[in-house]
Amino acid sequence: MKFAVVVFPGSNGDHDSYYAAKHVFGQDAELVWHKDTSLGGADVVILPGGFAHGDYLRTGAIARFSPIMQAVKSFAAAGGPVIGFCNGFQVLLEAGLLPGAMLRNRSLHFRCEHVNVRVEQTDTPFTSQCHVGQVLSIPIAHGEGNYYAEPTVIDALERNRQIIFRYVTPAGEVTDAANPNGSVHNIAGITSETRNVVGLMPHPERACELAVGSADGRVIFESVISVVASRMSRSVPTAVAAGVGVLAK
Amino acid sequence: MRTRVFVTLKPSVFDPQGTTVTDALHTLGYASVKDVRQGKYFELDIDASSSDEARRLASEAADKLLANPVIESYRVEVDTR
Repeated sequence: MKFAVVVFPGSNGDHDSYYAAKHVFGQDAELVWHKDTSLGGADVVILPGGFAHGDYLRTGAIARFSPIMQAVKSFAAAGGPVIGFCNGFQVLLEAGLLPGAMLRNRSLHFRCEHVNVRVEQTDTPFTSQCHVGQVLSIPIAHGEGNYYAEPTVIDALERNRQIIFRYVTPAGEVTDAANPNGSVHNIAGITSETRNVVGLMPHPERACELAVGSADGRVIFESVISVVASRMSRSVPTAVAAGVGVLAK
Repeated sequence: MRTRVFVTLKPSVFDPQGTTVTDALHTLGYASVKDVRQGKYFELDIDASSSDEARRLASEAADKLLANPVIESYRVEVDTR
């Protein structure tokens, strides 16, 4: 299967994502320039971390206008699995593919460290191989990861089980001290109502080998590879190319 | 036509930068400064035939790009001189 990693001017997690997909998991992977208009028949789309367009105006605000985003939107609308890591999450928010917005970290510090996130839901293509309550040690590196949405939106996210990762203690408890940026309800990652679009501030692509401190991020890739592989095995290739299929387990 | 757009966080949204600036001003002895809200300021030079048209265009630009309606609100001023 093929991963497309979108490259914006200012992306810096693009090669980490490409390396994970291609060399850690042995999948086909391609870097796609933001001015391209085609995802090249990809089965999974990654919006990487970094500072797309220099974070000018607001994080992710200009990336929304990159030509490739029309293809990403069509791919997502057809049910294709899309994940945004860190800045990629911010781009998904500004593009309206996920609800909410990011504020400056509560502490105003750029936080660059390993944090613990708890998996809340497993019926998304990117958490299908996790178990509920599983705690993953994954690095963060951001200055604006303080997730915010109106209380009514937060209520809807909770009700629809769209919050899929929360910052927790190593024992898996949601505490204020475990929250690195002030995100409401300790939110580290969410999914769309259709559950095929996922955004999270932590960087699982930077936690795929023990040599870099943690391999807990592997399960995110293993999940989507498993979901796409099982879909390919039971559907005709053209349907996969169009990104159709039921993603919920 | 010179048009100004002021973008600020909504009153309900916590402003960590504004709070830090408030603290710094208190350290400098400005105890009378009760609160600071930090925002963004844009000057748009708009080719428009009336101030109403300039205001409409600037508002549209703010809705679509300059402000994020999830967290921010804005105010438009048109220079009529």
